[in-house]
Amino acid sequence: MSDTTSLSAHLGARLEKKPLLLMTHLVVGYPSLDANWAMLEAMDAAGVDVVELQMPFSEPIADGPSFVKANHEAIQAGTSWQDYFDLAARASAAFGFELLFMGYYNSVYAMGAERFCARLAEAGMKGFIVPDLPPEEAAELNAAARTHGLDPVLIMTPTNTQERLAELGRHASGFVYCAARKGVTGRQTDLSEGVAAFLERCREATSVPLGLGFGIRTAEDVRGLRGMADLAIIGTAGLDAWVAGGPEGYRQFLESLVAETL
Amino acid sequence: MTIPTERPSWAPGSDGYYGEFGGSFTPEVLHETLAELRGAFDEAWRDPEFWNSYVSMMASYAGRPTPVTYCENLTRRFGGARIYVKREDLNHTGAHKANNVMGQGLLVQRMGKKRVIAETGAGQHGVATATMAARLGLECTIYMGEEDIARQHPNVFWMKQLGAEVVAVTEGTRTLKDAVNACLRDWAESMDDTHYVLGTACGPHPFPQMVTYFQSIIGQEARVQMQALTGGLPNRVYACVGGGSNASGIFAGFLDDPEVELIGVEAGGKGIETGQHASRLAGGQGRPGIAQGYKTVFLQNDEGVMQDTYSVAAGLDYIGIGPLLADLHQRGRARFESVTDAEVVAALRLTIQNEGIIPALESSHAFAAAFREASSLSSDQTILINQSGRGDKDIFTVADALDDDDWKSFIRRKSAEYGE
Ligand SMILES: Cc1ncc(COP(=O)(O)O)c(C=O)c1O
Repeated sequence: MSDTTSLSAHLGARLEKKPLLLMTHLVVGYPSLDANWAMLEAMDAAGVDVVELQMPFSEPIADGPSFVKANHEAIQAGTSWQDYFDLAARASAAFGFELLFMGYYNSVYAMGAERFCARLAEAGMKGFIVPDLPPEEAAELNAAARTHGLDPVLIMTPTNTQERLAELGRHASGFVYCAARKGVTGRQTDLSEGVAAFLERCREATSVPLGLGFGIRTAEDVRGLRGMADLAIIGTAGLDAWVAGGPEGYRQFLESLVAETL
Repeated sequence: MTIPTERPSWAPGSDGYYGEFGGSFTPEVLHETLAELRGAFDEAWRDPEFWNSYVSMMASYAGRPTPVTYCENLTRRFGGARIYVKREDLNHTGAHKANNVMGQGLLVQRMGKKRVIAETGAGQHGVATATMAARLGLECTIYMGEEDIARQHPNVFWMKQLGAEVVAVTEGTRTLKDAVNACLRDWAESMDDTHYVLGTACGPHPFPQMVTYFQSIIGQEARVQMQALTGGLPNRVYACVGGGSNASGIFAGFLDDPEVELIGVEAGGKGIETGQHASRLAGGQGRPGIAQGYKTVFLQNDEGVMQDTYSVAAGLDYIGIGPLLADLHQRGRARFESVTDAEVVAALRLTIQNEGIIPALESSHAFAAAFREASSLSSDQTILINQSGRGDKDIFTVADALDDDDWKSFIRRKSAEYGE
């Protein structure tokens, strides 16, 4: 189960073998736990490096329409923490990618920082992304994370001042999730528009690996990130590929993305 | 009107906390925008001209100061405390919401933004925001839950006439909380030129503080008016509580008077025991949590998933509560009660028939709780009810609740006219 190597060490080791890593995402319980398992199998087969498992929440304020719907329906279907950790533990035992928690702070707060981190570590997960928790409010959670060898992944955005980026950089560990544009998940991003300059600014603020997400949708987008970022992050496009193409379309989609990271 | 320049007792700590509630928990993309807003608001707060321009605009455009009305007939009927009503229903657009909205409009002008967005439950905040936008020449988008659109269609009509785009929110429970989420999402994309005119004393810092600042005009006026009318302060002050802006506003005038009891009235819906209500503090079913940008007491399950709420009054149908009020509750400075839909309709009927005053369904919650308690007080005691808004917006809901046959046949006739 849980080993002691940190997330950044894992990523570093993989980055020695290829220029770009790929992180994918799923909402636990949507469209179903069985479908989630099929998605995870496809991710592993394709060679995805990191997977975010989103715990559904009723107020997903950082998410766009596809994920809002997915969160809502997963909750309607009764998805619980128990389902979440069962899936996470099975996946970390079966597959080669690293697993991260993604979700909103109220879920974490309701469970309590210590118990949350203990259960994450027990399930073999490596860290967490909590988009509505600013670092200045995260002291207790981060302390618990340290005792369990977990990395809190922070988000940097193009609207941040250099001063704020430096502040975020001081708290960064594992890697930083760089949001390619303003807004919430789901919309297409034009990578030619200032993304390289933004990543430069992030690079100045931290030495941990940089992941780029928000609106990364195609193999071409992923190719474009080579040499710019360390990790390409696919969110909504994955869900859309599953909905549009089913398991087979999804597998092909993931393979086309991974091919651009080799 | 005193300018609230020093740190009044309703202001939070510098990090936006009222005791353990409040703070700012938003996606990082909003960090600089909220910092900008805090800066603009702090600067306005320190500029006495700002408060003065606010008060004079409210006088010349919105109809302030609103009066306090003595309700002799109701007083006689209950045979206890003398009953007074602060008439926020007489504000332009018909509710206390106008105070906050016009104030934020002045701030938008100071910040030089061109567009405003807002969420609305009952529609009062949406109408007020659309009105302000029309007056100040701003673009305006209003988010409203599909369920609330169905309940409060007359307000949708007015928002559109006022030039606002009304977006139906079809996610989640399709009520106020989902409209809040939709606004936060819009803002995360549009913040360069857009201000989010949050409608109540909730959300991330500085919103609870800023909304209370503008709404404190209610309490300041009421305190002076009660002294003039009765020679003293009221023994009890009642206000309904959705997010908490009208309650925070009137309570602000009396927070430093420990002898004045403050009572917040939440929606008991079909009864707390049915689970169909929006009582977060009264009844003890709410639990501390963090969502929609702030920490407060929410109606949620053990795993932190927000529960469905219900009220006959769309404006009270909300999962959270202003952090100032959550703190006042925790410190025992304010008492919280809930009243059921049935009590609300009865209180509304009584008020209409005895005083010729038509409170909004939201406000009728405050009346219902006051009526429940009035006769236990003596005739040398006084109570003050904040009438947060007027009831004509609720014509469809109220006509349903009163089961009025004339109205139903009018609707049938009207709809037949539209039929062909
Ligand atoms: C007339 C009226 N009263 C009260 C409320 C509840 O809001 P708050 O608790 O912020 O005063 C609303 C909300 O829309 C309203 O329209």
